[in-house]
Amino acid sequence: MTGRSLSRRRFLAQSAAAGGGLVIGFSLPTAVRRVLAQEPPQTKRKVDPNAFIRIAPDDTVTILLKHSEMGQGVATSLAMVVAEELSCDWMKVSSEHAPADLAYAHTAFGMQMTGGSTSTWESFDQLRTAGAMARQMLIAAAASRWGVAEADCRAENGVVSHGSKRLRYGEVASAAAKLPAPEQVRLKDPKDWTLIGKPTHRLDNPAKITGAAQFGIDVRRPGMLVALVARSPYFGGKVKAFRAEKAKAVPGVVDVVQIPSGVAVLARHFWAARLGREALDVDWESGAEDRHYTENQRTTYRRMVRSPGAPASTRGEAAAAILRAAKLVEAEYEVPYLAHAMMEPLNCTAEITPGACEIWTGTQFQTGDQAAAAKIAGVKPEQVKLHTMYLGGGFGRRANPNADFVSEAVHLAKAAGKPVKVIWTREDDIRGGYYRPMWMSRLRAGLDANGRISSWMHTIVGQSILGGTPFKAMIKNGIDETSVEGAADSPYLKSIPDYHVDLHTPESPVTVLWWRSVGHSHTAFAVESFIDELAHAAGKDPVAFRRELFKDDPRHLRVVDHCAEKFGWGKPLPAGRAAGIAVHESFKSAVAHAVEVSVEGDAIRVHRVVSAIDCGPVVNPNGVEAQIQGGVVYGLSAALFGEITFSGGRVEQSNFHDYPIVRMNQAPAVEVHIIKSGEPMGGTGEPGVPPIAPAVANAVFALTGKRLRRLPLRLTQT
Amino acid sequence: MKLHVNGKEHEVAAPADMPLLWALRDLLGLTGTKYGCGMALCGVCTVHADGLPLRSCVTPLSAVAGRKITTIEGLDPQGAHPVQKAWAELDVVQCGYCQPGQIMAAAALLKETPRPTDEEIDAALSGNLCRCGTYVRIRAAVHRASEISAAGRRS
Repeated sequence: MTGRSLSRRRFLAQSAAAGGGLVIGFSLPTAVRRVLAQEPPQTKRKVDPNAFIRIAPDDTVTILLKHSEMGQGVATSLAMVVAEELSCDWMKVSSEHAPADLAYAHTAFGMQMTGGSTSTWESFDQLRTAGAMARQMLIAAAASRWGVAEADCRAENGVVSHGSKRLRYGEVASAAAKLPAPEQVRLKDPKDWTLIGKPTHRLDNPAKITGAAQFGIDVRRPGMLVALVARSPYFGGKVKAFRAEKAKAVPGVVDVVQIPSGVAVLARHFWAARLGREALDVDWESGAEDRHYTENQRTTYRRMVRSPGAPASTRGEAAAAILRAAKLVEAEYEVPYLAHAMMEPLNCTAEITPGACEIWTGTQFQTGDQAAAAKIAGVKPEQVKLHTMYLGGGFGRRANPNADFVSEAVHLAKAAGKPVKVIWTREDDIRGGYYRPMWMSRLRAGLDANGRISSWMHTIVGQSILGGTPFKAMIKNGIDETSVEGAADSPYLKSIPDYHVDLHTPESPVTVLWWRSVGHSHTAFAVESFIDELAHAAGKDPVAFRRELFKDDPRHLRVVDHCAEKFGWGKPLPAGRAAGIAVHESFKSAVAHAVEVSVEGDAIRVHRVVSAIDCGPVVNPNGVEAQIQGGVVYGLSAALFGEITFSGGRVEQSNFHDYPIVRMNQAPAVEVHIIKSGEPMGGTGEPGVPPIAPAVANAVFALTGKRLRRLPLRLTQT
Repeated sequence: MKLHVNGKEHEVAAPADMPLLWALRDLLGLTGTKYGCGMALCGVCTVHADGLPLRSCVTPLSAVAGRKITTIEGLDPQGAHPVQKAWAELDVVQCGYCQPGQIMAAAALLKETPRPTDEEIDAALSGNLCRCGTYVRIRAAVHRASEISAAGRRS
């Protein structure tokens, strides 16, 4: 089904309901969702099958992906959802990124974007509807050709039939594409699904195992220049002056150009640009930011965390109740700034021609980047053609409301009058800002005479992520919900009579951004470590203690039980090893990890992880397993190694030697168990990350008696 | 200067101190070999030189004169090397960016050690980082590739 223009899709998009009924539960506040949106969130938007499906005369089916494939497997899972209802031959299905267009806007956010572990659930009904509509249109086209009633035709496995008459989808696709989309379609009964729910191989395997897959960094255009940008070593620093003679003398360097973010060296290839940048001499205006030191910031945070902040959630009189407790337990936890460190460093290619701008990049924020590029290029957003390339990892860094890496390329393409590819070196990437914020938590709880939690107080300190965006006005009453998610709404609070969670939101020159699992990446560590401390204070087993707290929460109870059972909780472990557990709900899914650790010298070694996840209905179990395996390793890098620090306003780390991530020889065996459940569909890209750090910390306590309350976990820290 | 890549001689106009990686990517258009760190810390730039794994991001062109370079594009004409088959069978890849390097490192390991233990796999591949965390499946896929190779030799 080809040949429909985007404007027609937009026209089709105006009217009544299809694919509605989504229950939105997500961490971004509604008000923020509305501001981020470039059009009204569109659960009422009519689904246009032509936006998502192309069928060629040879019967091959191409599914257009509204979401970015960054490893999480949407190129396969979203195609499965469409193909299920289309009833085509799966062996003839491929998928590719859709262009940037509001036809592909997120049904909850109103802009085209990938994030929040939402891709599969937000588009599930929409894509099934698109597949079912297309199937009905193919039937209508075949019925019309035969002069028979649509109701007497069938469509299965890529063929429309009527009695002995048969037409392949490819034979009627172009006629079908010209028909109006049906107003209503009936979706398959889940019991008749043949693809959804079955472990399915990834569609991007062939491209990714042969080197053929094209990532942003692989883009080549005729006459293209490669640029490296010298950016301020201080946050908020500005160029005072620069001397370009030596850089321009490097063979292959074509020009040196100042742009808002720094000074760029444009060259015929990366190597010349790199040598040119080394030869470039820039004086920086540091302002006050050269006084930023992590140690000072920690001192300030420690002071703040012991004073009341803006209330985030509260019940009863926690402060009074805590004084009446039989036993008071308190602890402070801390996590550092973190870089996303995707394996593919940031990059973007841009080309400007009269009245048009073309962008090639791996992005999670298509229509936002498109709008930013349009402004710089001086064209309308619809004149910006954005090609989403494979993303060599995203983890939130490629979803920047400030469009940093895209803006630079457009500025340079404009200045050079030629296509320009900006590449960030690894050092640029690690030092280039937009980190997971540093966060501190202070927790206090009262236990009653039976060792039950009677009161709970949690104070959080950390920069607002939304505060670093154009949407900071949406933070209401001092609460950025992404700072307190997983704490203000912790499932444990349901069983605690009096509680109070509050927040301090300090300002800092350091720019911050969502990092795989966002606020949950710190709240899970604080809450799940503290629950373990309380279990110990109450003299109870960590699993038994959690089971009591979840006695009226069947979902969490099931996840903890399943994980503990599969792990063999309580069974003897090899000498020198101990177990820890943690459970955390995020992005509409609940995950528990049980881990087995040992300590060798100062090194914590994680041997085995057993995970249980309840994410509701599953599209591709193979993909869910991979996301939890990967989430464990991503979270483990933060648990054991990750830390960005500042001295004199400069980032102290630069590459994988001083910002290490887990290597093969440090990676545990990970066993994933997916729980069959009737819960609504949740996400899987992020929920595997939050519970791994506390599970490891809890196991280290069980083994050594040392309670480590700061990430990364270090046995020698004070 | 002359470069021998994937069975072909190429003449490239490049300084002798240019790392092989950038000659492959920017001059020959072989973009399957990736840039990740520029310091031989992450392994995404791994190629073979005379069959042995090599970090192309820190290897100057002068050091590979006369050596036969193989990149991911040249590992197998059909993309059906036992390692590639095993990778597809076990769905190892996620974002895929590090995988050409992982596959080249695994292929070199299996050539030297046809039936590696977990420890040998860990040792051979610990220089190849994966941020998506595909290590669990890589380990399983190297064993599977070893089986596929053995079956190929028997038949």
